[in-house]
Amino acid sequence: MFNRRTLLAAASAMAILGMAPAASAQDTLDIALISKGFQHQFWQAVNQGAEQAAEELGVNVTFEGPDNESQVDRQIDMLAAALAREPDAIGFAALDSQAATPLLQQAQEAGIPVVAFDSGVESDIPVATAATNNMAAAALAADHMAELIGGEGQIALVVHDQTSRTGIERRDGFVNQIEASYPDIEIVSIQYGGGDHLQSTEITKSILLANPDLKGVFGANEGSAIGVVNGVTELGRDDIVVIGFDSGAAQIGAIRSGTMAGAITQNPIGIGYETVAAAVAAINGEEVPETIDTGFYWYDASNIDDPEIQAVLYE
Amino acid sequence: MSAISSKPGPGNLLRTQGAQKLLAFAGLIALVAGFSLASPNFMQTPNIIAILQAASVNGVLAVAATLIIITGGIDLSVGTGMTFCAVIAGVVLTYLGMPMPVGIAAAILAGTCSGLLSGTFVAKLKVPPFIATLGMMLILKGLSLVISGTRPIYFNDTPGFTDIATGSIVGMIVPAVPLPNGVVILFAVAGIASYILGRTILGRYAFALGSNEEALRLSGVNADRWKIAIYALGGSIVGVAGILIGSRLNSAQPALGLGYELDAIAAVVIGGTSLRGGQGTILGTVIGALIMAVLANGLRILSVAQEWQTVVTGSIIILAVYADMLRRQRAAAAG
Repeated sequence: MFNRRTLLAAASAMAILGMAPAASAQDTLDIALISKGFQHQFWQAVNQGAEQAAEELGVNVTFEGPDNESQVDRQIDMLAAALAREPDAIGFAALDSQAATPLLQQAQEAGIPVVAFDSGVESDIPVATAATNNMAAAALAADHMAELIGGEGQIALVVHDQTSRTGIERRDGFVNQIEASYPDIEIVSIQYGGGDHLQSTEITKSILLANPDLKGVFGANEGSAIGVVNGVTELGRDDIVVIGFDSGAAQIGAIRSGTMAGAITQNPIGIGYETVAAAVAAINGEEVPETIDTGFYWYDASNIDDPEIQAVLYE
Repeated sequence: MSAISSKPGPGNLLRTQGAQKLLAFAGLIALVAGFSLASPNFMQTPNIIAILQAASVNGVLAVAATLIIITGGIDLSVGTGMTFCAVIAGVVLTYLGMPMPVGIAAAILAGTCSGLLSGTFVAKLKVPPFIATLGMMLILKGLSLVISGTRPIYFNDTPGFTDIATGSIVGMIVPAVPLPNGVVILFAVAGIASYILGRTILGRYAFALGSNEEALRLSGVNADRWKIAIYALGGSIVGVAGILIGSRLNSAQPALGLGYELDAIAAVVIGGTSLRGGQGTILGTVIGALIMAVLANGLRILSVAQEWQTVVTGSIIILAVYADMLRRQRAAAAG
């Protein structure tokens, strides 16, 4: 009986060892990316960009992230395991900067450069941050909104939340641009739906019912934008100009069908690519810019099939 | 097996417990040995500490789950219950500015109350444990969000709170062994739970509830009351887990916790506790939690792709339970 037991244990150990890729090759650089998510399409696009850079630059990259953006402790475990692996550099998108600080300090003491990506890390440890300039991206959305409604009238915003960095920056970027450049446009309502489709739908409907003269609504992330589309559709208000953010199958469909006028897309592939490129540069002791703007694009029915746009959209 | 269900005699219990421990322990040793051979980075002090840290919260939750599972029930609310307790600690310490011991007591009390409630639903209202604790899981998740205003509560105003899990009293005495307090707390909780199960009447009735509740009732025992007591005990242990995770993250993260109950249950079954109730050991559960932490960490150290990590973990769970079943069949055949 004991033989059988040891056999089973040995078999499982062997199976695991067999799964390990040839990661121990010492001559190639090893870069560990710890992301905020994993299976979501946006993060898979970041992963894709990271792999693309890894191939071009001849380095090994691993990409990990927790199942959802609430699992702060799981992300910390991943960062700890990545550190123990002694990689040449770490890419990190913090779910909670404060919780990660001790480990990032460990990385710094061990001389492992850290590149922050997506929302970044509130700390001076990262050598660079590769992220979308959300203020500028939202300002571009505001310009298109103004153009589409003819430079005057009432508009509203449905934002995912008022606490996250992306929520604050996209709201402020949009509002500041309208206030600075379009005096005849009035923002009548800014509401928060947690990025939840249903909640954003209800919010949109209440805004539309309360403001019959409303001309346009900006949804500040994927979930908010889909909620806005749903709300407008449910009330049959096809005269409303809807502008969204990010992509995803539902939003792309709404743009093709004309329910949504257009949207801003980030460049998740670029985020992954630039993170790895900056990490390699930092390892080689090259100068790395503190912030790397990974870019954003306006897309609508007219350019959605352009190769440049298709490359950054995800279903 | 039938000898156990009719009479939970200490001799029988010890014998099966011994075999369970051995099996899970052999698996743990095999994993540690395998990963150490595969990567020189695995067997390093900081990494071992990271593994123990990762095991501590899940381990404490799994100890709570073990108590309930032994009675033939299940507790799906341990994950969000933990979050709820952390949020309560956050409210008491950060919003109300109370001293640290009050916050700790409040969190454990909150866990005990939710356990009492689950136990009452199960024992008095006869709601099946799966449903009762599924309901509690959602209620506690919702309440955590409501109470915290859906924002994390930081413990910055309570100096020393992070030391509860991440400090090292052992390391202060023996600098060579910087064992984090979280792990010491896991071992302490496991020791207490083990004592209660093995040496007290509450423990004896817990096994009896799981193996033959009807017999227990017929012998004139107020089975409902003992069942509620076990759920409350499990709840108070969940409160300890809430303190641990709050301390580790220096914050109560209100959206966290969903899915953690499944990791806890996985640790319990890997440790050889039967989901049918009436059998199980705390030591096995702790080893189960360590196996899960070692597995997750080792696969990451070996740079195994995340998709495959999940596949391997799932396979190990099935393998562990199958191996345990084989052992039982042989034990039964041997008489």
